[in-house]
Amino acid sequence: MITKRIIPCLDVRDGRVVKGVNFLGIRDVSSPVSLAKFYSDSGADELVFYDITASAEGRALFTDILCEAARTVFIPLTVGGGINTVEDFDRVLKCGADKVSVNSGAIKNPDLISAAAQRYGDQCVVLSVDAKRVDGSFHVFAKGGREDTGMDAIEWIKRGQKNGAGEIVLNSIDTDGVKNGFDLEMLGAVCEIAEVPVIASGGAGNIDHFTELFKALPKVDAGLAASIFHFGEVSISDLKSELARQGINVRV
Amino acid sequence: MTAIIDYGVGNLFSLRSSFACVGEEAVVTSDKDIILSADRIILPGVGAFSDAAEKLFKSGMADVLYEAAEKGKPILGICLGMQLLFEKSYEYGEHKGLGFIKGSVRPIAERVDTSVYKIPQIGWNALRFTQKKSPLFKYTNEGDHVYFVHSYYGADCEDSLLATTEYGFDVTAAVNSGSVYGTQFHPEKSGEVGLNILRAFCEIG
Repeated sequence: MITKRIIPCLDVRDGRVVKGVNFLGIRDVSSPVSLAKFYSDSGADELVFYDITASAEGRALFTDILCEAARTVFIPLTVGGGINTVEDFDRVLKCGADKVSVNSGAIKNPDLISAAAQRYGDQCVVLSVDAKRVDGSFHVFAKGGREDTGMDAIEWIKRGQKNGAGEIVLNSIDTDGVKNGFDLEMLGAVCEIAEVPVIASGGAGNIDHFTELFKALPKVDAGLAASIFHFGEVSISDLKSELARQGINVRV
Repeated sequence: MTAIIDYGVGNLFSLRSSFACVGEEAVVTSDKDIILSADRIILPGVGAFSDAAEKLFKSGMADVLYEAAEKGKPILGICLGMQLLFEKSYEYGEHKGLGFIKGSVRPIAERVDTSVYKIPQIGWNALRFTQKKSPLFKYTNEGDHVYFVHSYYGADCEDSLLATTEYGFDVTAAVNSGSVYGTQFHPEKSGEVGLNILRAFCEIG
């Protein structure tokens, strides 16, 4: 039986791991390569490297770090942030990324999903969606959660998977950084229509939140989090032992 | 020395790095002489079966593999590379494969309820060994988890089957015939378990 995945996310800026709370108030955490190795050794099933660099120098530094990480850890690596073209896919795949996550780039140019899926396969394209409640529905937000696109998140995800997205990351802006648990309502709505794996993001504050997630929504395939792992509030090995104890199928 | 065949399919960075990690010299190459002089050969692959098969046959790489297999050189196909070892694939039509492994490649969707089992299968799943013991799994235990990403599977290959994994049915995880091996999963992305499979492969022959 396939296992539920636990995925730490490393936001990288200028060669260092950072994490925002509600996308604001970023503070420095650690070295990306050593943190990646630490997570891999503690049982992380996959890693996400999210590039939040704006400058060209920062981008070059990011790809160097990615190559170094791919030489050091042998679990799947997903890269996101600043992916706007098929050339951006090429740039990070050459450095050892296995999957590439698109967000604002796909909003600006929805053809990016199909173009990348055709070239690299559906399994390579992850559609990452930042969504927030607006007037009783879920809206897609762009630019790191700052801009309401007005698009319905459920419709956007349906379209994304039709165009070849092989996985969906749903990040609820409403629960992100609050540490009160995943957004089960929003995730439930996405699971209803999802034909590809769904990765839950935003809101994990403790081990029980992951148990609750996988028990309430058996169609969720993975849980993603950043700060609770970086600050040592939750260790991945403790998390996975507890999930296993609760009867959730994980790799331990 | 291990030759990782570069035939324009997929990214070989992690694969090369994983051999470095187990202390084996590996070169990524499309040079036929280097491939034939290597101690063992890796056939990687991601993407569509028909494109990859066409590249292998048109470039003459298929003949290189036939020659290597005839000499008893260990060959390991990974993911799509495993599927290419089969006689044929039904991925978007019907396409001829290398024919080292008796059987065909078919969609997982034919066998499972896709509202329960999503396609592709993406993630870590447990290995279950068949009766056929293999040096490839010298350092691997039943139930160890490895990383899969695939929408098609190797069918009707009972004679070559080394291991399966459960995804609504017994999905082919590893095959072997003579000196030719294949894994549907990615050993180079399967942590320590995967590295140990590559280490064991390097000790064959």
